[in-house]
Amino acid sequence: MDLNMDLNSPHSMGTTIIGVTYEGGVVLGADSRTSTGMYVANRASDKITQLTDNVYVCRSGSAADSQIVSDYVRYFLHQHTIQLGQPATVKVAANLIRLLSYNNKNMLQTGLIVGGWDKYEGGKIYGIPLGGTLVEQPFTIGVQPGKLELKEVQCSHCSLENFWSIKYVIRRSGSSYLYGFFDQAWKEGMTKDEAEQLVVKAVSLAIARDGASGGVVRTVVINSEGVTRNFYPGDKLQLWHDELEPQNSLLDILNSPSPEPMNI
Amino acid sequence: MSSIGTGYDLSVTTFSPDGRVFQIEYAAKAVDNSGTVIGIKCKDGIVMGVEKLIASKMMLPGSNRRIHSVHRHSGMAVAGLAADGRQIVARAKSEATNYQSVYGEPIPVKELAERVASYVHLCTLYWWLRPFGCGIILGGYDRDGPQLYMVEPSGISNRYFGAAIGKGKQAAKTEIEKLKLSEMTCREGVIAVAKIIYKVHDEAKDKAFELEMSWVCDESKQQHQKVPDDLFEEAKAAARTALEEMDAD
Repeated sequence: MDLNMDLNSPHSMGTTIIGVTYEGGVVLGADSRTSTGMYVANRASDKITQLTDNVYVCRSGSAADSQIVSDYVRYFLHQHTIQLGQPATVKVAANLIRLLSYNNKNMLQTGLIVGGWDKYEGGKIYGIPLGGTLVEQPFTIGVQPGKLELKEVQCSHCSLENFWSIKYVIRRSGSSYLYGFFDQAWKEGMTKDEAEQLVVKAVSLAIARDGASGGVVRTVVINSEGVTRNFYPGDKLQLWHDELEPQNSLLDILNSPSPEPMNI
Repeated sequence: MSSIGTGYDLSVTTFSPDGRVFQIEYAAKAVDNSGTVIGIKCKDGIVMGVEKLIASKMMLPGSNRRIHSVHRHSGMAVAGLAADGRQIVARAKSEATNYQSVYGEPIPVKELAERVASYVHLCTLYWWLRPFGCGIILGGYDRDGPQLYMVEPSGISNRYFGAAIGKGKQAAKTEIEKLKLSEMTCREGVIAVAKIIYKVHDEAKDKAFELEMSWVCDESKQQHQKVPDDLFEEAKAAARTALEEMDAD
């Protein structure tokens, strides 16, 4: 943790990013909220960036760190492709990201998901969380809770006095339901549409519950035929439990014949 | 074929009037004076063989290896000055491990051959270095299948179905061209290589020699290794019989 941070000013950078393999390729998905504290700095950001024609990366954590890492890796991969004479593999892209993340772990704070398609291995997803681990998985999610607010909080299920880890644990457990959702919903050998629908559903569920995620859902589908980008605006997403229909103005609710401003 | 440079051959950084660099050609002569080295690409892998001329009867059999593993999936057979060869092998090993640690996958054979060739070429560019006096046959098995490359002292690298360097290279090339390599498995290739080496060995000029062979194929699980002992003995026996049959004619 950065000990030089002004302990009284909270600043968080929340994100939901997902990578899923299906029969013949991968689907990457992300929300679009970039927040600094309570202020949403960018409500329509694009967190899925291109490394090569066939490999993309989902960025989370510090926006600056994740951008710099992807810029370096894009440059290295470009040179590598020229030398090799053929497109780089997803594994090589993931390894380059991992080396940067691990060797600079003291300075960086970024979790990345590398996904793509190459002719040797097909569709592959690699998760590279904070410390610089490299894990190949059929699907992976990253819900970055962001940096911590310094508060005196007693952890509900353990009696830790350390304030850093307490808040982290609470925030983490708040998003862990998404892991449960995936354990139940992901199956092997899905079609492209099934996989994309799964990703959109998952991101929209996370947006509903995680204050640090929001905006629109962006997906990128990568397979042997190429890359397709899709966009799902926030108000077109399915409403989950307790979510309201979007309203133009609260005044409409107040002036409406039905006196109930909220449906309980 | 050979001509003395007379004045233009004192340095590797000097061209002759007809556009030749004589030092590089002299380096190639060093390769031509060494024992034959051949490599063939069969349909499921690579087989390499070396005719090791034994300088002294006191030498331990199996010492003075001429075939080296560069990485798990590739190996190199060296002809010419052995010490120069060791240097190139060391460099190739270092390139291969460096590639693996940066890119996370075994170095493609094409890339390895290019790097070795660049290194050999490097030593033909500066007056304070002399060219390497050795030719390399590099065989490897990566995800694009088995591949065979040959690197000459000038730094030229080409990809081959079958290659030979050293004393008996002309005779060896003729023999290799007779083989149907695309239909041959590595097991059969090992026997063929042994026969060729025994055949091109000149009994009159050089007395004793030791055969050294290696392969990288599906049967060896795409790992570069010495040919297994039983197959090796079988190959040697077949080669000796073939030689006797020829003499009997």
